[in-house]
Amino acid sequence: MGIVDIAEKEAKKNGIKEIKTINLEIGTLSGVEIDALNFAWPMAVAGSVLENAEKRINIIEARAKCLDCGTEFKLENLFDACPECGSYFKEIIQGKEMRVKSLEY
Amino acid sequence: MCTTCGCGNTDEVIIAKPGKLAGLVTEINITAHEGHEHFHEHPHPHVHERNIIDVEQDILHENQLLAERNRGYFLAKNIFAINLVSSPGSGKTSLLEKTLADLKDHISFYVIEGDQQTMNDANRIDALGIPVVQINTGKACHLDSDMVNRAVMELKPSENAVLMIENVGNLVCPAAFDLGENARVVIVSTTEGDDKPIKYPDMFAGSDVCIINKIDLLPYVQFDVEKAKDYARRVNPNIEFFEVSAITGEGMAQWYEWLEQKIKNK
Repeated sequence: MGIVDIAEKEAKKNGIKEIKTINLEIGTLSGVEIDALNFAWPMAVAGSVLENAEKRINIIEARAKCLDCGTEFKLENLFDACPECGSYFKEIIQGKEMRVKSLEY
Repeated sequence: MCTTCGCGNTDEVIIAKPGKLAGLVTEINITAHEGHEHFHEHPHPHVHERNIIDVEQDILHENQLLAERNRGYFLAKNIFAINLVSSPGSGKTSLLEKTLADLKDHISFYVIEGDQQTMNDANRIDALGIPVVQINTGKACHLDSDMVNRAVMELKPSENAVLMIENVGNLVCPAAFDLGENARVVIVSTTEGDDKPIKYPDMFAGSDVCIINKIDLLPYVQFDVEKAKDYARRVNPNIEFFEVSAITGEGMAQWYEWLEQKIKNK
């Protein structure tokens, strides 16, 4: 898992044996299924610096800006139309994040 | 800015890594505070027990870095690389075979085949006399930029070539993995549901072209071409469509025109 690789690399660089907390940022349209992540977590972190780490997930709500009328709106699905003008041309402002924010040790 | 105790200490090291999606990697090691002075009062016993490393790294960072490396390699050799994605059974390999057979006389093609198991697809391409490398992903459900990098090193495509990368048949995971391609082409066939674009929106959002294959079967199936296009445009208003049958050859000319245009303008 990419998360474990990142944590291992950072731990090695900083001479750390064990991470206490890992802070993740996951967007609602990132494609990450939080339940699946939680389910796989114990297997993925076993034997790594993250084995005993608390996992904190900051869920970032997807938002878009309509490219036709400029309205900013909450995006539930990639195919949502602008609630003001009905256009599908939009720029996703946030919600695609899949990021390791920080590690606490 | 010290993020642990909020005292505004600026003892931080900033290391900027290259790569489009790679934010700044900032390390803040609070243990470096030893000996610095705190003039403010803390309502709690001041023990620096928690140290923070601000990583700010995308989970797919490694894949993205290598994808950019692949892209650089393609640029340097003037190679046009296409990532072909679809669900299993949409006719990716048949479409590829037909395209190669019709254009190989004036386009130098190279092919990377991705499947979980077997050399079947590579054998089909090899039968056409096109250089091909098969990637068997084993358990993995998608190709990543490292696999493509290794396959390209094996394949050694010549300059000015067109590299066709046939991804693992899967409309979900391959959407998240940039391979370093110049264009992504999603194939959907008329024997599937016409609502595929909104059922698997990520794949259609990330594609430049949507090929609707097996149009020779339209009289026998429920697939509504206009509905499928409408759904795909809701996810990606800029997507281009080609309606083809890789078996009868119907509509292939327009797809070839797009390909030749792209090669000319790359």
